[in-house]
Amino acid sequence: MTVATRELRASYAFIARNFSLSRRYWGWELAFFVYALAGALAISFIGAAEGDPSLTFSLIIGAVFWNYLSTVFSFIAETIAWERWEGTLEYTMMAPVRRSSQLLGSTLYAVMYGLVHTAVILVVLVAFFGLDLASANVPTAVVVMLVGSFSIIGIGTMAAILPLLYVERGAQMTFVLQSVILVVSGVYYPVDVLPQWMQVLSKLSPATYILDGVRAGLLDGASVADVMGDLVPLAVMGAVLIPAGLWAFGRAERYAKRTGKLKRVG
Amino acid sequence: MTTTIARPDVRTRRPVLADPVPAPMPVPHATREVAGPPALLVEGVTKRFVVGRKRKPVVAVDDVSLHVGRGEIYGLLGANGGGKSTLIRLMSTLLTLDTGRIEVFGHDVERDEMAVKRLINRVSVDAAFFKKLSPMENLLFAARMYGLPDATARAESIRILARLGISEKRLGRPTEQMSRGMQQKVAIARALLTSPTVLLLDEPTTGLDPRSKLDVQSFVEDVRTAHDASIVLTTHDLAEAERLCDRIGILDSGRLVVEGTAEALKTRVAVEHGRAPTLESAFMAWTGRSLDDDVEESGGEEDGDD
Repeated sequence: MTVATRELRASYAFIARNFSLSRRYWGWELAFFVYALAGALAISFIGAAEGDPSLTFSLIIGAVFWNYLSTVFSFIAETIAWERWEGTLEYTMMAPVRRSSQLLGSTLYAVMYGLVHTAVILVVLVAFFGLDLASANVPTAVVVMLVGSFSIIGIGTMAAILPLLYVERGAQMTFVLQSVILVVSGVYYPVDVLPQWMQVLSKLSPATYILDGVRAGLLDGASVADVMGDLVPLAVMGAVLIPAGLWAFGRAERYAKRTGKLKRVG
Repeated sequence: MTTTIARPDVRTRRPVLADPVPAPMPVPHATREVAGPPALLVEGVTKRFVVGRKRKPVVAVDDVSLHVGRGEIYGLLGANGGGKSTLIRLMSTLLTLDTGRIEVFGHDVERDEMAVKRLINRVSVDAAFFKKLSPMENLLFAARMYGLPDATARAESIRILARLGISEKRLGRPTEQMSRGMQQKVAIARALLTSPTVLLLDEPTTGLDPRSKLDVQSFVEDVRTAHDASIVLTTHDLAEAERLCDRIGILDSGRLVVEGTAEALKTRVAVEHGRAPTLESAFMAWTGRSLDDDVEESGGEEDGDD
């Protein structure tokens, strides 16, 4: 078996395991889905109450795509936290698997899970509010989502380090980080309304560019060329954050092995 | 208290007791004399932990040297907090060494970590699983990480667990519905599934009912014979150590204070200390404590299963 085959097989191990976990926790999956759908509906009704279809569509995009981004982020960021909760972290860390293969498997499942989850919510909302997508440029939205996913994966990988370094507080820190991204990224409002110092943070968040590009494509029918201002920062962030995340993960694992932090369960 | 730390002979890398056994004693299961490196070599290994801020580091493993021959079962005895689990974790690549070196069949655990990982597996006292997943789902996850095809993994899982008394029809329900003993057997199957050449068993029978304990013990014997595996076994059960282990090392406060065959240790404690020729006497004589005692100043990493 070649190294590549073995590592791909290892990545598949994480995809299959996470799928099994979703299947076994189907009750929670259903509950989370209903909650996400209800949240998206509740926010979208604000637009309906204003009688402004454009605002409604903008809020729907915010709710639906934030659901995708937060799902992918939390899946990756909680890769280590789950294993701590179950007590399996040591067994996974002593298996002959490269961290890149482990994170690839977790990431692929997160993206697939997020896409299915989000697509269902989008279909329900579009049907519910009778939105007209005739003038939307869907390929632009898809390209922005794909390019943007890399940067979210990079940030998620970095966040996954926190439960490795801080046995109990790591998972809490990733939750706080996710909350900060929500506030500064213009999910439900333009970032112009934020105080100046928060606007600086918004420029550092990939979610800002993803939502801006997706809205431009779906609301204004912008082409891929029109949203290069969003795509370039996203591509740069992805190119920097993924290698940086893997490097930092390796350093964090080394630190955990030096200090004995792989053992503790959260 | 006589302290005789085993040091490896430069030429053979075999440990030599500083204070040799009065007469040669038979080894219960002769380890295979083959050319090449030993299954496991531990040389001058020390590991410290800092517990809390502004506290002096706690020495969990203190200048330990030992070797395990191919096909040998090496027992590690020690009180809670004595350093057994830390030593096992160092061998498992789960901790980095402060000083010294550990090699598995000539592969250094730090420089050649991935090669070592492919050769070893470990069973700890806590059978950790994704509890909602079935035993088969957990075992397939482990097998895939080690590159095993699914069909092979399924067949082997069923065979190993049947040998341990768990039927195939039990493998589809959530692991959390199994008893502690059954979960531990699944943990053993998980380790065996990958055909490790060095198996690290960290108190695998602690907390098991007598029947399960016997099942596991006889299975360990089978594994050594059938799989040609070398085994390090930590245990609190002296009868288990005597039954299974070719040689036994006693750890006290992180130091390997003595090692030898069970017979040799019993003879020595009678001759040198005038005590009853039992392993319990030997343990008391070389550590000054009972096997059930907890070591007060345990390492930061040693708070659960050592």
